[in-house]
Amino acid sequence: MTDIERLSYDVVVIGAGGSGLRAAIEARQAGKRTAVISKSLFGKAHTVMAEGGCAAAMGNMNPNDNWQVHFRDTMRGGKFLNSWRMAELHAKEAPDRVWELEAWGALFDRTADGKISQRNFGGHEYPRLAHVGDRTGLEMIRTLQQRVVALQQEDAREHGDPEAMIRVFAETTITRLTTEGGSIAGAFGYVRDTGDFVVFEAPAVVLATGGIGKSYKVTSNSWEYTGDGHALALLAGASLLNMEFVQLHPTGMIWPPSVKGILVTESVRGDGGVLLNSEGKRFMFGYVPDVFRAQYAETEEEADRWYEDPDHNRRPPELLPRDEVARSINSEVKAGRGSPHGGVFLDIASRRPAEEILRRLPSMYHQFKELADVDITKEPMEIGPTCHYVMGGVEVDPDTQAASVPGLFAAGEVSGGMHGSNRLGGNSLSDLLVFGRRAGRSAARHADSVAAAGRPAVGHAAVDAAVTEALAPLERDGGENPYEVHAALQELMTDQVGLIRNEGELQGALAELDKLRARAAQVSAEGGRAYNPGWHLAQDLRNMLLVSDCVAQSALERQESRGGHTRSDYPEMSPEWRKINLVCALDGDQVKLARQPVVPMREDLLGLFDLAELKKYLTDDELAGQTAGSSTAAQEETR
Amino acid sequence: MSYKAALRVWRGDHGEGDLADYTVEVNEGEVVLDVLHRLQATQANDLAIRWNCKAGKCGSCSMEINGRPRLACMTRMSVYAPEEVLTITPLRTFPVIRDLVTDVSFNYAKAREIPSFTPDPAVGLGEFRMQQVDVERSQEFRKCIECYLCQNTCHVIRDHPENERPFAGPRFLMRIAELEMHPADTADRREIAQDDFGLGLCNITKCCTEVCPENIKITDNALIPMKERVVGRKYDPLVWLGAKIGRRPQHDTPAVPGAKR
Repeated sequence: MTDIERLSYDVVVIGAGGSGLRAAIEARQAGKRTAVISKSLFGKAHTVMAEGGCAAAMGNMNPNDNWQVHFRDTMRGGKFLNSWRMAELHAKEAPDRVWELEAWGALFDRTADGKISQRNFGGHEYPRLAHVGDRTGLEMIRTLQQRVVALQQEDAREHGDPEAMIRVFAETTITRLTTEGGSIAGAFGYVRDTGDFVVFEAPAVVLATGGIGKSYKVTSNSWEYTGDGHALALLAGASLLNMEFVQLHPTGMIWPPSVKGILVTESVRGDGGVLLNSEGKRFMFGYVPDVFRAQYAETEEEADRWYEDPDHNRRPPELLPRDEVARSINSEVKAGRGSPHGGVFLDIASRRPAEEILRRLPSMYHQFKELADVDITKEPMEIGPTCHYVMGGVEVDPDTQAASVPGLFAAGEVSGGMHGSNRLGGNSLSDLLVFGRRAGRSAARHADSVAAAGRPAVGHAAVDAAVTEALAPLERDGGENPYEVHAALQELMTDQVGLIRNEGELQGALAELDKLRARAAQVSAEGGRAYNPGWHLAQDLRNMLLVSDCVAQSALERQESRGGHTRSDYPEMSPEWRKINLVCALDGDQVKLARQPVVPMREDLLGLFDLAELKKYLTDDELAGQTAGSSTAAQEETR
Repeated sequence: MSYKAALRVWRGDHGEGDLADYTVEVNEGEVVLDVLHRLQATQANDLAIRWNCKAGKCGSCSMEINGRPRLACMTRMSVYAPEEVLTITPLRTFPVIRDLVTDVSFNYAKAREIPSFTPDPAVGLGEFRMQQVDVERSQEFRKCIECYLCQNTCHVIRDHPENERPFAGPRFLMRIAELEMHPADTADRREIAQDDFGLGLCNITKCCTEVCPENIKITDNALIPMKERVVGRKYDPLVWLGAKIGRRPQHDTPAVPGAKR
């Protein structure tokens, strides 16, 4: 076997999107030698596709906004299944994290008095999203990338080597984490350019690999979203939380077929766009669920007044949380009131002047013009739901982001809990920053706690096994084409584990997944090791199949409908099920599912809600000792 | 609506290679990247393509299509006649890794040499106040998705590899302009723009602007104003006198020393 390069770091961050870079910056600022490993080039991560903005209760547009309001919105959006502690930390720390980006050079859009402008979004009571037109994710990734470069320049001055303290390994894929005595010892992977293998030895690993959307056919996600971090965590002995919750973004492009799934930002609705069915009716007024009745307008007139006078009018129902909007679109299409290509219409052309659309939504204009020959300043867009985000993820401690395996941390989309059963738009970019920083800090502390001499080493047996596994598809002759297995998986997940689920289809899906696993174990990759996408995909299949198994099993188990999990055979939300988290772990090579009680919310946080609202979510037993009223809200400081 | 397109795709690595002929199905509304993906999935599993978002937002799938630098994900097949043969080659300015994937590390090295954003340390968290009209100039440049099509096109390095040392290329001269126009930046990069990053080598032929998929006016809004600022700094007699008598700083923020390759 060829020599395998071994590199030693204090902290290894897998993933170079928003959370990975923020974690790496924090670890480096804590004085730790840090490696960032990215499947793509530096600065290309999926975060660039985030359009709308980054939610933070800075109160720049409406002084009534504060962390308590943001916390409430987040819990409502997640249908009270969120890790309330994460939602609390997130709401409290997001403003500082946004301002920090500004100190690193980010240029957000401004208010008239020179502060960061904030825009309306679904489920947020006040305008809360810091943004740059509709390319906020790009601004964020570039700012973090440039912050890494700034730190490297400091290191160049101090150590004569820009990569002395923080180094980015671009186009490198990790296929295994290694553990020693139950603790993290490092990571094994390959360099995409050459196919060479590489071992990173480190006592602390931060997973920041994003989501799982590439298991679905219609998705807004890029090729990178193959559930790598979810699978690596499982294989290393950690557990995944509530994997049944997969968000379908209500507005993806649907025509022409080749662009199906590409995201249309929620900002279109935040900035005044409305959803229409084939009869030209604003159908969302008919779909406001009871739990949200009090906060949403009942007439078009009231909804339209809200844009100008939000304090005296209720919000338009187009700005309900994403799960509600996606389901409503699905119902309209099923009732025969869809658009020609099987979606509904999203209209901003008749609602706002052309120059305002061009100024506020330039990349949407560009995207529709170039890809669909549609001028969104003149005609409505055709849209439909697209797989966008997974709320489920690695089970972590809410304060430290530590997984159950010592030395393993997770932040951003790959981690679970923060968003409950449904994420609000804008809460992802802020999640990346808040918990990326916390994960980086915890990883640095963990590295400190493991004395240099006592660091677990990556054993030769583990490396040999990882090499064998990686090379298998190349060495197997005459097997199936990995692209075919991937396409079959995407078809299966979209058709049977998609927006609306039922017991029969889920059981069928689990049986099909068994067959796909057998097929994936026999795929062959043609060609050599240098930059060979067929070989890369053959390896990614393991991760996608593992994660899909978790999603399907959890979806079958949870017999209710909540957020990003809708069961046609159990259409109601159940307060009893709200008390239960579903946790997946590996037992041998089988995914095993367990129920776990939800930790009851702290009294002072419960006090932020009216009793009438809590009654919609909690059981009578839980409410027993509860004399609600928002007056008891504690204002304790964190940090 | 489907038809079969004739594709000539460069296959090979490290300077060795050749154009290979393929016939691939094309469906309504597809872009070049869709067709390359179909080729990869059905006929050439190991065809190396770099791509990510397939929505024109990440700048990964840069290549040359019939000789023109483009993003494969934003180039619709309907641009070409069905009978037209499409010749698809890697970016010419950068070394080929394999097939359509090139080594763009030159760009990351240049990025690391430019002195970073330097705010006034006295401004606290959340205290920046900037007007929209002032941030808009730099915001235009921050639309850049780093596809490096401008770097690939600029003849200063495309036809003259010897200039790779003294010349940072349009993308990074624009980065300098972005920082210079950033309302909260305090550093001065005008001298080094000329001396270390080769702004003077740019002869404003606007090729970079022409290929920019984000429609950034690189030449008009970044490079020419930057040249004017350099002239003001280096050749204005009053500024020269000011520097002589010590009323103005002698030099700007130096390029980062250890960061150079």
